[in-house]
Formats: sequence, structure tokens, C-alpha cells
Amino acid sequence: MTTPAGGSRITEVLNVQENELLQEWIAEQRQSGAARPDLIAATDLQDQGREFLGLLRQAAQSGEFSNINIPAWSGVRDLLTELSRTRARLGFAPSEVATFVFSFKQPLFAALQKAHAGDAVGFIDDIWTVTQMLDKLGLLTTEAYLKSREEIIARHQEEMMELSTPVVQLWHGIVALPIIGTLDSARTQIVMENLLQAIVDTGSEIAIIDITGVPTVDTLVSQHLLKTVAAARLMGAECIISGIRPQIAQTIVHLGVELNDVITKATLASAFALALQKRGMTVAKVSQIKS
Amino acid sequence: MERIPILRMGSFLLVTIQVDMHDRLAMTLQDDLTTKIVQTGASGVLIDISALDIVDSFIGRMLGNISAMSRVLDAETVVVGMQPAVAITLVELGLSLPGVRTALNVEKGMAILRATRTLLGEEEDDDVSPEE
Amino acid sequence: MSVRKSETMPIRTQADIVHVRQAVRTWSVDAGMRLVDQTKIVTAASELARNTLEYGGGGELLLESLSEGIRVGLRLTFTDHGPGIPDLELALKDGWTSGSGMGMGLSGSKRLSNEFEIESQVGIGTTVRITRWK
Repeated sequence: MTTPAGGSRITEVLNVQENELLQEWIAEQRQSGAARPDLIAATDLQDQGREFLGLLRQAAQSGEFSNINIPAWSGVRDLLTELSRTRARLGFAPSEVATFVFSFKQPLFAALQKAHAGDAVGFIDDIWTVTQMLDKLGLLTTEAYLKSREEIIARHQEEMMELSTPVVQLWHGIVALPIIGTLDSARTQIVMENLLQAIVDTGSEIAIIDITGVPTVDTLVSQHLLKTVAAARLMGAECIISGIRPQIAQTIVHLGVELNDVITKATLASAFALALQKRGMTVAKVSQIKS
Repeated sequence: MERIPILRMGSFLLVTIQVDMHDRLAMTLQDDLTTKIVQTGASGVLIDISALDIVDSFIGRMLGNISAMSRVLDAETVVVGMQPAVAITLVELGLSLPGVRTALNVEKGMAILRATRTLLGEEEDDDVSPEE
Repeated sequence: MSVRKSETMPIRTQADIVHVRQAVRTWSVDAGMRLVDQTKIVTAASELARNTLEYGGGGELLLESLSEGIRVGLRLTFTDHGPGIPDLELALKDGWTSGSGMGMGLSGSKRLSNEFEIESQVGIGTTVRITRWK
């Protein structure tokens, strides 16, 4: 709802009093602690404030203050979105970012009061309009902030999953992947990809996947295990699954998972012995080896 | 017309696929290989796919065909260097490439071919020359 | 959900199938997809492009880059005005089909994608749409 042209002083105030508004606004930010001089320079604060006011002035020409989603407001929206994302990265708290917008209320109210000089109704109408507008803009910054945080968290999660399960080379041509902890679908996929890559990198024809440290194996995880075994076979390597505890063995049978042509061993040690055997090697006491 | 070059290494044929092949090129390779096997009396074929970043059902079928045809011509085929992402995708696609022997790299592939030949009591011949 | 950019490619020759693979690879790299996910969608695209050419008599591919919240994805729509598929259920069943080999392409592409839709009318044509999210 737009206020009648005769009564509203918003556009006029924004056009005429930009400098005073800017200075008072920055003072408000400093006072609230949201200016964070430790994170951004005073000159940047000035520039950002000036840019916001300039875009706000332009948006105000449309006469529309209620619906900030129209194209006229895109400049303001884009600026605030970018600002929120940058500040999120710099380490600002969410309330500090929103205060950038909210602290503008006080200077603007003061300016409007002077402009309306005595016209209480006009003044109150403008206050209402400006409050709604700045509230919406403040919320927009919070949403942009949250969104960028979510992206950072998602990226960290991905990095952690990649690092969490290293592949070890037990001997020439034999690698092992000891998996510790629960496996969710996403982690299992990454872990398996790492194993296949290690097979290529080390030229190992035998890979032992040890699940001693895995508390439960559900259908999805066992499917991933089987797919990994199949993929390794396609590449020219063989997998042995070891560390199958009695409970897991029961679950696997119960789920009807077909382990027909997959070699399984109860312990990593027996899997290693088998792997050596397949490579034509054995472990013997030094004294038994005839020189 | 472009063709994939086939190298001769003694009694083996070596093919390195380095381009994204369109279907016709793949069929030409299939034909060329079978012709060369007969021409040279090769006892082994090594196909290096380490540069292929996708293998779809058509290429998969081609590899299967080459394996089967060469076997009929008394030669063994080994496909080497399949990339992990390709292997994972083939498994998801449901292609198991039955009858196709695979090895991790050229070295291991050659070892398999030599072992098969030794079993058959043939002699080594280390002459290398490109066939065109 | 919004479409960030889109492009149409013809599928009329075998060389076009190669171009489709290359384009889908580039778009999936731009979308930031991991290597395995790129490989899956490029392979699915190769299968579907071949179907469009061999079975559908030629058609086109619409590539669309999607974004929904923080998710980004790639949507591929293959359209042809060929004979259409009489028995969709059969065509989507697993396993090799000799001759056109089309069965493997459809069921396989479905498995390689996060979302899969197919519409086909005999005598009118076929549209297959697959989506892969990062």
C-alpha cells in the first residue's frame, strides 16, 4: 500500500539529506557494535552505506515501498545479498549483518520527523511504511546470510568425508581399506571411490575392505559394497571383504544380499594371508629360508 | 577416413583409444582388429582405455564383441586402464562386460597375454612395429 | 526451482552424439559435479542421444542448468518425432535387448539419474527427461 503522494516525505528525505543520513547511520552502527572495525575498514563501511543509500533512492522513485520484489528494488536486493554473503565469510554474526539495515531506522525516523514538522498523521504513515520496508530488507539479509552458511557447511562436510577413511598399502599390490564408524550412503560412495582410485594409483590387484569397525550394515551399504567389488573387478582388481562379525553376517543373510562370488573373511589377518597367497607369496621365519 | 591406429608388438596387437569415438569409428576399429588378427596371426590383443572418460553400452558391446571375435580367432583380449568413475558407472548401468578380461594397466595386461602364450608353448618375439 | 541457463542441440548425426557428450561434460563440470556424477550423466546422455538418433530418427536435446536453494543440477530433455515406444513398461525393463539395444539405454539411464521421466506416443514421438543434482 503506497501512501498518498501529498503526504509522504520519504523520497524527498532520501534525495535531499543523503549525507546527513549516511553519517548518522554509520554512527548508529558503530554504537551498536555492528560496525566491526576489526573486520572491515571505515572507508569500506562508508562506501557500502553510500551505495545502499544511492540504490535505495533509486528504488524509492518507483513509489513502491511495500513490495520489495519488483525489478525497481533489484539493485537494493542484490547489494544486500552480496553484502550478507561477504560478511558471513568474514565472520560477522547474523545479528550484526541485520543491524546494518535496522540501524538505519533511527536516522531516517529523525529526518522524517523534521520533514513532516507538525503533520503527525503524515509522519506516522511514513514511519509505518519505512518500518515495514526496512524489516523486509533486514530479513532478506538474514536469509542470504543463512544460505551462505549452509553452503560453507555443506562444503566442509564433503571435505571431511573425503579425508575420513584413508587407504593403506599392506604390501606390493595389496591395499586395505579399514572402515571405522557408521556408513551413510554419501560417505560410503566417497570411501569406495577413494579405494578404486587407490587401486589405480598403486597398481594393486587386491583390495581388502575391512568392516570390523562398522557397527551395522544395512541394505544400502551392502549394495554399495557389492557395487565396489564389481567395479574393482571391471578394472582388473579383486576385493576381499573382511571383518564380518556374526551380527553382520546374520543381517546380510537376513536381507537376502547375494555374496556369491565375493570372497569374505572373518578377520583382516586371514584376508591378508589369502591376498599374499594369491600373489604367490607367503610369510616365513628367517631361519626357515634357505639361502 | 580416420582410424584408430593398431600397433604390433611381436605376436600381440596394441590399441590405445584416445579419442571420443563416434559409433562408426568404433565399428571400424572392431573390423580393423579382426582383420589384423588374421593378417598377423596375433595371439593377443591389448586395448588401452585409460584415456576414455566414458564407456557407454555401445562401446561396452564393442569391447565384448572384440573379445568374443578374437577368441574365435584363437587370440586373447585384455582391456586395460579402466578409470574408476567409468567402472562405477558401468556397474550402475548394469553392464558387466562378460567374457572381457581386464587388467589395471598395460604392463599387467601384457603379463596376462604372455602367460597365456607360455601356457600354449609359443616363442617370444619382441619386434615392435606399427601396422597401418 | 529456476532455470539458470538453457541451450538446444540437434541430434541428427553420429557426430552430434559426440557433441552431446562433450556439451553435457562441460555443463556438468560448470555445475561443480564430482567426477563420478559427471560420468554418470554424460553416459546417460550418450545412451539417450543414441536412442533419439537410432530409434527416434533424429531429434534434439534441451540442456538446462537448474538451481533450487543451494542445490544446483542439470536437466536434459531428449525429444524425437519418431515412431514412439509401444510398450513403455517393457522398454524400461532391465537386460540386453538385441537389435536396437534400446532397452539397456532407457533402464540404464534411469539408474544413472536422480530423476527420470518419459512420455511416448506411437506415431507421434518420444520425450525423455533426466535430471542429476550435484
